Amino acid sequence: MSNIKKTSTKRQSEIVSAESTTAINEKLLGKNPSKPMKKIEIKNVHCWYGDFHVLRDIEMAVDPNTVTALIGPSGCGKTTFLRIFNRMNDLIEGFRLEGEVMIDKKDIFSRELRVNELRKKVGMVFQKPNPFPKSIFENVAYGLRVNGITNKKIIAETVEHSLKQSALWGEVKDKLHKNALGLSGGQQQRLCIARAIAIEPSIILMDEPTSALDPISNSKIEELIYDLKQKYTILIVTHNMQQAARVSDRTAFFYLGDLVEFDETKTIFTNPKNEKTQNYITGRFG
Amino acid sequence: MNNEQVKTLKNNAFKIWAIIATSIGLIMLAVLLIKIGMDGLHRLSFDFFTALPSRRPEQAGILTALVGTLWVMVTTAVFAIPIGIGAGIYLEEYARKGWWSSFLEINISNLAGVPSIIYGLLGLEIFVRTLHLGQSILSGSLTLSLLILPIVIVSTREAIKTVPSTMREASYALGASKWQTIWMQMLPAASGGIMTGIILALSRAIGETAPLIVVGALMYVPFVPKSVFDSFTVLPIQIYNWVSRPQAGFIINAAAAIIVLMLITILMNGAAVILRNRWQNRVKW
Repeated sequence: MSNIKKTSTKRQSEIVSAESTTAINEKLLGKNPSKPMKKIEIKNVHCWYGDFHVLRDIEMAVDPNTVTALIGPSGCGKTTFLRIFNRMNDLIEGFRLEGEVMIDKKDIFSRELRVNELRKKVGMVFQKPNPFPKSIFENVAYGLRVNGITNKKIIAETVEHSLKQSALWGEVKDKLHKNALGLSGGQQQRLCIARAIAIEPSIILMDEPTSALDPISNSKIEELIYDLKQKYTILIVTHNMQQAARVSDRTAFFYLGDLVEFDETKTIFTNPKNEKTQNYITGRFG
Repeated sequence: MNNEQVKTLKNNAFKIWAIIATSIGLIMLAVLLIKIGMDGLHRLSFDFFTALPSRRPEQAGILTALVGTLWVMVTTAVFAIPIGIGAGIYLEEYARKGWWSSFLEINISNLAGVPSIIYGLLGLEIFVRTLHLGQSILSGSLTLSLLILPIVIVSTREAIKTVPSTMREASYALGASKWQTIWMQMLPAASGGIMTGIILALSRAIGETAPLIVVGALMYVPFVPKSVFDSFTVLPIQIYNWVSRPQAGFIINAAAAIIVLMLITILMNGAAVILRNRWQNRVKW
């Protein structure tokens, strides 16, 4: 930890653009950009809440700069699956995981990787917009502040950059210091996306990010997901089949704790191999 | 009488009973206020606040008691606030939920109901005798701190509980540590509730007499305390002292001092209500 902290403070003055922060992340986690590789690889993963076996023997590999949709009926374990990657399940008492979860070829449960460092690399957008009861500016700056960045100029630039990336800048640039809770639901959710990308993660987890929003906000967020793909690897849980079909490259269908099928989105929606998948996407159950 | 009439009758009877019940409390309070006001209001003057105690009622003032009360309140707050908030945070954020935390919870709630004189005896034994702090402001404040700690702890926990867990998750998801999450999100969001609890706790402490008498607050203090190691008196004890004197003049003094003490308490409770309302308006989840 002290090493990482030192590097980042020493390097702080150099962090002027998104690229160099990414470079630090890559250096920390040993990513070699010259060699293409899987962003996420998980093998033989089982999860339990107490005695309840919530995910069974999951195996999956995700390419960088892709959108993966996780679909399935409620209670099938897809949200639990999503929250493996930033170890958010650790907060739940009685949660247990077995198996191997690798991000950039590094075991995320290894002792060398602190959970705070992992979460810096793996951002998350929640189902219900949950901005902090602070100003718009402070919402986006929070991630930088907790990660030890104090330079005001860097913070201001990063806040602006992140709000532009999340397509919110035009709407809020004149009221950056107003309370974020005054924004509409759709704006709040885009603020949460800006907040997540401000610390330059390489993966973004989205847990039904549009389920609480109106159709216009919904389509804005979907466009945003498409743009964000250029820089980030995205995993998105959704109950909306059209959304999965529109935004994702690959789709994973979960049913009662099993990963039933994982394939190109086109294949899943036009020519699924499993009968359960077929029944689910055509709305016969779920 | 048919069924409908019986129903109406019962309805009205219940309503009248509720009105009477409310009135009893209000009338008693009003009688008390009017009586005290008639007795003491004319005695309130600048001199009354700046004069030292005296054998002659018309020359006696509340300076030492007022300063003593201020000393005791500030010192009590210094001890009770950090310890109470710290314990509240531990119980709410760190302690594992299980029989141990339930055990602590029940005990803390019980402590809030222990008679205050018991705290006085505890303070006498621990602070005055064992730690040799003497019959000082320090001993009195530490004793009162113990007395109000349960209130501060419980209100801190309740205030933290009202902050939705999505806040906590959002903070952790950005790589914040537990400490950062508590310090930068949970406490600011809970601050209104915590402050309300602290003010209510202090306004309870300001009216306490019994534990301070046990610890050794003096009835007659002819000087203004200069440090926490000085002996002291507080307003309720001054009032108690005056009420027990035979001269009529002291009864008037007591009434005037009661008005002062009541005003302080009303101001503190008012501040608590204002804080609570502002907090509720500011934060809408």
